Amino acid sequence: MATKTLYDKLWDAHLVKQRDDGSALIYIDRQLLHEVTSPQAFEGLRIAGRQPWRIDANLATPDHNVPTTDRSKGVQGIADPVSRIQVQTLDDNCDEFGIVEFKMADKRQGVVHVVGPEQGATLPGMTVVCGDSHTSTHGAFGALAHGIGTSEVEHVLATQTLIQKKMKNMLVRVNGKVSQGITGKDIILAIIGKIGTAGGTGYAIEFGGEAIQDLSMEGRMTVCNMAIEAGARAGMIAVDQTTIDYVKGRPFSPKGAMWDKAVEAWQDLKSDADAEFDKVVELNGLDIQPQVTWGTSPEMVLPVSAKVPNPAHEQDAVIKEGIERALQYMGLNADMPISDIQLDRVFIGSCTNSRIEDLRAAAKIVKGRTVAASLKQALVVPGSGLVKAQAEQEGLDRIFIEAGLEWREPGCSMCLAMNADKLGQGEHCASTSNRNFEGRQGFGGRTHLVSPAMAAAAAIAGHFVDVREFTV
Amino acid sequence: MRKFTEMNGVVAPMDRANVDTDMIIPKQFLKSIKRTGFGKNLFDELRYLDEGKPDQSCEGRPINEDFVLNQARYAGSSVLLARQNFGCGSSREHAPWALEDFGFRVIIAPSFADIFFNNCFKNGLLPIVLDEAIVDRLFSDVAQTEGYSLGVDLIKQQVTTPNGDSFRFDVDTFRKHCLVNGLDDIGVTLEDASAIKSYEERRRKSAPWLFASSNA
Ligand code: SF4
Repeated sequence: MATKTLYDKLWDAHLVKQRDDGSALIYIDRQLLHEVTSPQAFEGLRIAGRQPWRIDANLATPDHNVPTTDRSKGVQGIADPVSRIQVQTLDDNCDEFGIVEFKMADKRQGVVHVVGPEQGATLPGMTVVCGDSHTSTHGAFGALAHGIGTSEVEHVLATQTLIQKKMKNMLVRVNGKVSQGITGKDIILAIIGKIGTAGGTGYAIEFGGEAIQDLSMEGRMTVCNMAIEAGARAGMIAVDQTTIDYVKGRPFSPKGAMWDKAVEAWQDLKSDADAEFDKVVELNGLDIQPQVTWGTSPEMVLPVSAKVPNPAHEQDAVIKEGIERALQYMGLNADMPISDIQLDRVFIGSCTNSRIEDLRAAAKIVKGRTVAASLKQALVVPGSGLVKAQAEQEGLDRIFIEAGLEWREPGCSMCLAMNADKLGQGEHCASTSNRNFEGRQGFGGRTHLVSPAMAAAAAIAGHFVDVREFTV
Repeated sequence: MRKFTEMNGVVAPMDRANVDTDMIIPKQFLKSIKRTGFGKNLFDELRYLDEGKPDQSCEGRPINEDFVLNQARYAGSSVLLARQNFGCGSSREHAPWALEDFGFRVIIAPSFADIFFNNCFKNGLLPIVLDEAIVDRLFSDVAQTEGYSLGVDLIKQQVTTPNGDSFRFDVDTFRKHCLVNGLDDIGVTLEDASAIKSYEERRRKSAPWLFASSNA
């Protein structure tokens, strides 16, 4: 029998029908829904007089538009009318169709990609989709997970399947250990820096190697979350004991005899030893330093100790122009040290880095210190109500507040500035999110992607510093 | 999607070339979370004398009495007779949504913009291309006859006038198949419903934990 990659196995296990034109019908085990990309899908169902194929395969929560400040007035308290209508519509649709939804007032509400795994709604071996490109996050569980468009959301609701063409296999192996203070965020930024934002286009990426296996589930989710920033719709990591320990005992996880059966089946969720990949990329863990993006694309990333690139040294005209444009937008000078970039705001949150481990790492840095006076704002937005509760139980909220950071309610918040949290024009922000595109965090805003610990250290210093200098 | 086999409907004439999607549905209405309800704002800037806003009731708005769709003789029309390059401009699917929601099922024109043409089929609307000369004749027939209606038979690919003249039109086989059977992408997939069901049954046995309902 031919050897298979993890992706091959997941694909084969979900293949309903191979069509003549090369497309295939793939069964979807879990669909996550949020308020922005679902309304027209529900509307489409209604117009066609269709019912969801399998209601219990869906799980919903509002996240993009929810306020992270006072929520005592509920949905009616959302100031922006379009945001309010979207959240209200999700509530109404879920009520109408009987879909489980963690509404704004529910302590389980949060960013979909935090909520799914936290609930055990994302399980190893599943196919997981959501109308959101960062659905790749769930691949950390040895699942096949990727984002889809609104018409596909409707297709999945109505048929429990998706029309797909098989992608190619890529393995990204991070060999050896990483040095202390290096996180999943630094690893994935270094990978994107190496292969570029289109490096993974057309591929499903499997992340492997000792440095990946050493990561916690939180760290693995951070890595897979940003597979899409490397151009790959799906990223994934083989199942091991770390995965199984994380999944055990969660509300949606199997229990009792069913659990044992599931765990047995999950042992196979890894690429065969001699499986062939269409492309293999290798990195050396020890080479990875704390990463900071300086430009307007996640591939414009460098170690914190580096200097901002100089377009004059670039031969390729396209790259040269890209650097020039990015420097101009970002308001940076060629050759300036990255550590000289002065910050206006700091954002710790998003589906990339808002889990408990991320908050612990940030709290450890700011504990007993104070946010730089030059900063306008430093925000901590937990990924879900449960993360928030856990952090408060551990006293992390006090540490943040005493250090001068704001402690907020869960949601996407300043990751994409669809709610009231945004950057002002020209402001620099150290952000733990995943996209540094022009205007992503607010019109004219300048985003620098970093790990939670790096963001915390930057909040204290007012500019970027090597977090390893803070921990000694 | 609604099936389309044959129908007979009152014709409304839209006597201008290059009608763009902005004219069909102005951009302020795109913020909606719905894909229904655009009908009341179809051709908003031509139909009403004031500036239309989203979420506003159209009752009591000042009407442009000259606009065809406001004239009693075209009430209830379901065939839109149009001029060349109908539906040009942005790719917004809201344009066919608005036409369909208003009650149109067929649009006849000498030519259509590409994306709009495709979007029509996805939304149960039939765009028909007829010769310029035939379209000219239909415009004059409509003007002369109150309550003028056309028969449209998709199976036979034929448009028939009240006095029995008929004109053949072309349509792509797959699109015809989808319209005649009321199939969109979802509809086509649902033709494989039994394959999906049998897959599900197998999986329920081999991996039951994927189907366990939550105790959340
Ligand atoms: S946190 Fe940001 S990237 Fe993640 S789902 Fe929300 S908006 Fe998208």
